Amino acid sequence: MAKGRFGIHGGQYIPETLMNAVIELEEAYNRLREDPRFNEELDSLLRNYAGRPSPLYYAKKMTEDLSGAKIYLKREDLNHTGSHKINNVLGQVLLAKYMGKTRVIAETGAGQHGVATATAAALMGMECEIFMGREDTERQALNVFRMKLLGAKVNVVTSGTQTLKDAVNETLREWSRRVHDTHYVLGSVMGPHPFPTIVRDFQKVIGIEVRKQILETEGRLPDALVACVGGGSNAIGLFYDFIKEPDVRLIGCEAAGLGIDTGKNAATINTGTVGIFHGMKSYFCQDEYGQIAPVYSISAGLDYPGVGPEHAYLHDIGRAEYVAVTDNEAVEAFEYLSRTEGIIPAIESAHAVAYAIKLAPTMGRDRIIVIGLSGRGDKDVAAIARYRGVDIHE
Amino acid sequence: MSNIKNAFANGKAFIPFITAGDPSPEITGELVLQMAEAGADLIELGIPFSDPVAEGEVIQAANMRALSGGVTADKIFELVKHIRDKCTVPIVFMTYANPVFRYGAEKFLGNCREAGVDGIIIPDLPYEEKEEIQPFCSKYGVTLISMISPASGSRIKMIAKEAEGFIYCVSSMGVTGVRQHIGDEVKEMVKLVKTVNDIPCAVGFGVSTPGQAAKMAGYADGVIVGSAIVRIIGEYGRECVPHVAGYVRMMKSAIEKVK
Repeated sequence: MAKGRFGIHGGQYIPETLMNAVIELEEAYNRLREDPRFNEELDSLLRNYAGRPSPLYYAKKMTEDLSGAKIYLKREDLNHTGSHKINNVLGQVLLAKYMGKTRVIAETGAGQHGVATATAAALMGMECEIFMGREDTERQALNVFRMKLLGAKVNVVTSGTQTLKDAVNETLREWSRRVHDTHYVLGSVMGPHPFPTIVRDFQKVIGIEVRKQILETEGRLPDALVACVGGGSNAIGLFYDFIKEPDVRLIGCEAAGLGIDTGKNAATINTGTVGIFHGMKSYFCQDEYGQIAPVYSISAGLDYPGVGPEHAYLHDIGRAEYVAVTDNEAVEAFEYLSRTEGIIPAIESAHAVAYAIKLAPTMGRDRIIVIGLSGRGDKDVAAIARYRGVDIHE
Repeated sequence: MSNIKNAFANGKAFIPFITAGDPSPEITGELVLQMAEAGADLIELGIPFSDPVAEGEVIQAANMRALSGGVTADKIFELVKHIRDKCTVPIVFMTYANPVFRYGAEKFLGNCREAGVDGIIIPDLPYEEKEEIQPFCSKYGVTLISMISPASGSRIKMIAKEAEGFIYCVSSMGVTGVRQHIGDEVKEMVKLVKTVNDIPCAVGFGVSTPGQAAKMAGYADGVIVGSAIVRIIGEYGRECVPHVAGYVRMMKSAIEKVK
């Protein structure tokens, strides 16, 4: 059996044309993760270019308003390019450069990973092509222009459901055409081994910083960590350093779309079954014959029918909880955080905010919740306006 | 002699691919019979999948047509049973890991044997993951076909040593689909295979013209054509059978005498 297992999940279910590429990637990663020059260069980029460490902000007004647990926000929205995606992208594009690759390709849903990849490619002088579903290019038109501004070519994906999963399909197809000079910068903790491990390693800085920051301000660890989960990269980044702390609850928030029982959602762990797709064994939204189901969420970044294999494993062993948050709850949280703290969250992150709003009042005032605020919401303002019946053209 | 071996006993083998249920299960059944009549030595029958990552646009579209027509693995097992009443041409399924895994690998392979399916090709099940279904293939006597590609390098010998039935040689990098030009990588790939295993090699991906087929037949034991046929099916719909049969006849005669 191939490497990269998380319990029964993970593995390398990809065409033979790509096998040597992932083997080469794994070898390069194992070598470079121990390489002081690589690590110094990456640390410097994270500090001086991305703006790390990101603040851990005490949301005083929100805490007082909900009159329960103290709420902290891990401000990944303040990173350069506006989300946690930059952490992974700087790591992977640097890795690709050390491997001698001259071109990077990536899928994107909301556009945040595409923008981050285009940014890192511009910085490191790599050719860059982004694949984005047609529906998403319409929902996130500004990000499309942003990527072009950064010098990337944006390929509009018109196959299948024209969203994130189809963008992944198309990027895998493109990679199989040009493995020799191209690295696929996968945007989440998914896909074939070694991607779930590499992306988690580049994102775990989030949780490592949270531990240090909360010990400095509170002198103890938090009681609960709450993060949104599409593929699950910001959630695993926040959770990873705390998996070994049994008293810290790990709560992933999936997109329930119009509702868990409506069939119009992307709540993979809540509604899916075990399958094999996009290179990994994990949970997927699918029918009885294994056809991948169309999924729906107001959030383009959570609109994905699978979940990273490490989350599937954390669910199986009961270490993390996965809850479902509807479009409506997320939109209300989007508005709430904007009004209460003056912070406009990404609609993805608003799913985590929504669950924390429900959770905090059930906990004592001596308890602590950390919300992974994975991205900023500027990109979503027009869509939220439309949701509220206001016709704004971006 | 196993049914798959028979496919390579009649000169160079011509192996057409079609997607089951495109445009309908009835026409798929007719296509199989007529292609066998026209000289097809083995038929690759695709079980459609919603997200076929190894396929180019032509076969992706066929997958979508078949699925929207309502075809399922169960209907395809029934179809093969009907075909087996009339025809013994070797049949190999081509599908993805998830339709087999979700159905239940043991149940799927058991049904393959019952229906008379000789083998199965799963492009997203590489050597490292084949244990997922190999035990059930062995149990039910369904051959799991291995693939090699121009990027396989030193993996070719490792894969070939354990390969059964025939080896599917991917002619060039990328996904399925008609190509103007196909390189010569296959020649060396086949040579490497034969140093460790005397197993037939069939070349697929990109082949559409009699000239290309004859060239590839010079390097290997058989030629696989998918997109060019699926394109004819897409173009003629329910009237496709004679057009496909004519194409198969032309391609078989282009390769059968090749040394």
